[in-house]
Amino acid sequence: MVREGAGWRDIPRGGLILSPGNAARYVTGDWRTFRPTWHPERCIQCFLCWVYCPDAAIEVKDGKVAGVDYKHCKGCGICATECPDKAHALTMERDEGERGVEV
Amino acid sequence: MAQTETKAGRFTARGPKGRPAGRVALTGNEAVALAMRQIEPDVVAAYPITPQTDIVQYFSSFVADGRVATEFVTVESEHSAMSATVGAAAAGARAMTATSANGLALMWEVLYIAAGSRLPIVMPVVNRALSAPINIHCDHSDAMGARDSAWIQLWSEDAQEAYDNVIQAVRIAEHPDVHLPVMVCLDGFIISHALMNLEVLPDEVVKDFVGSYRPDSSLLDPERPITVGPLDLYDFYFEHKRQQAEAMRAAAPVIREVAEDYETVSGRRYGDFDAYRLEDAHTAVVVLGSAAGTARFVVDELRRDGRRVGLLKPRVFRPFPGLELADALAGLDAVAVLDRSDSFSTMGGPLFAETRAALYQRAVGRANRKDSGPSSGSGPGNGRPLPITVNFIYGLGGRDIDPGDMRAVFSRLARVVETGDTGDVVNYLGVRE
Repeated sequence: MVREGAGWRDIPRGGLILSPGNAARYVTGDWRTFRPTWHPERCIQCFLCWVYCPDAAIEVKDGKVAGVDYKHCKGCGICATECPDKAHALTMERDEGERGVEV
Repeated sequence: MAQTETKAGRFTARGPKGRPAGRVALTGNEAVALAMRQIEPDVVAAYPITPQTDIVQYFSSFVADGRVATEFVTVESEHSAMSATVGAAAAGARAMTATSANGLALMWEVLYIAAGSRLPIVMPVVNRALSAPINIHCDHSDAMGARDSAWIQLWSEDAQEAYDNVIQAVRIAEHPDVHLPVMVCLDGFIISHALMNLEVLPDEVVKDFVGSYRPDSSLLDPERPITVGPLDLYDFYFEHKRQQAEAMRAAAPVIREVAEDYETVSGRRYGDFDAYRLEDAHTAVVVLGSAAGTARFVVDELRRDGRRVGLLKPRVFRPFPGLELADALAGLDAVAVLDRSDSFSTMGGPLFAETRAALYQRAVGRANRKDSGPSSGSGPGNGRPLPITVNFIYGLGGRDIDPGDMRAVFSRLARVVETGDTGDVVNYLGVRE
């Protein structure tokens, strides 16, 4: 893993990433303008949101959808669009006032 | 299926190891294709464009005929050719392509990705004028447009040098201190399509010389997974560019080292530049590529008349051997730099700008160094003003440059020295007024 603040002599050549899976450490939630809210009581556990989320930001616990990872969710709204109309378990609201803060 | 038999394909050089195998008449494109066959890269992805087309055609016939085990990728554009080459190199393959002019321009975005990702790709560039207006003939606007893309650039005076440069380029690119892509430039038609009687090496000598490529990382290695070309913002991008600058600096001694090794197998010596009859010269021409041959001819002719003239032909343009070049020119009275492309800066062509910057740097560096001793020291140029420099833009779109043009340049230099009047600094040689 590259040390923060490392000089040019001490980092892998050409931006190579040598340690896999570290994108989880890159927090992107503060890019969000709209935030999805998950309504567990309406969720039918179809997993469409999980399938379509481009950021793997739908949290799953014990084999069930359990919420949204707001540290990485960029607020694209695909989950809310894909959520079946009958269920309507994901809704989008403006994220004003708390962008970039831990939610 | 029709077979495309070429001299480059038919020719199988046999000879004692370490000796030139023999002479054979080849065009520049055939010579480059032969070098590529002998190198036998893992992957070639290329798209044909005049005047590079023969290289791709000959090489694809080597693949079709089973002469090489190379994976040949036919692509729909040069953007894709460079992209596929980048992908192959990132996967750990020895990868090559070739192009010209607008093909190189279409690769432009991916050139930076190849260099920024530090992929040791080798690419012959058969120099041709960029559109518009459309022109298929030689000038250097294509490669000069890519001069700041962090590709090493080797330039060739003839088919022999093109062949030798392609083979050396593999070793330079893959050197662990370098890991940068290399362009081998040769003049369209003038070199690419003209026959030359050249010396080629036996296949096994080339194979031994380039060795096998052992990448230190590969996209195809599941034991050590990597990501190539990730997002890299203000926190690290600058450091990666600094690394590239260092790699380019490190390339200079590597290029010399590879040239020395190459001399032992070929008997042919190559430097950063060729200084021809320069030691006692008063005036000289600096020129890249095939026009250096014309200059050499005229230098010999004028020398027979007792004129002290010389030639400096850069072979390595990136990294620019500025200090060495300035040392070689410093003792002269006047220098004409010939550019086969215009930068349209109104300050002259790219070779002129960099040559002048190097001369200035040498003068300022000496003036600023307190320990450099008295200015009347023994080094060339010490205590003397810098040579007067003038620029001639020539040969755009394949306009011929002949000995008469070259004589006119030397006459102008003589006049500049005699009168002390530089006149126009930027001149257009051979254009109709």
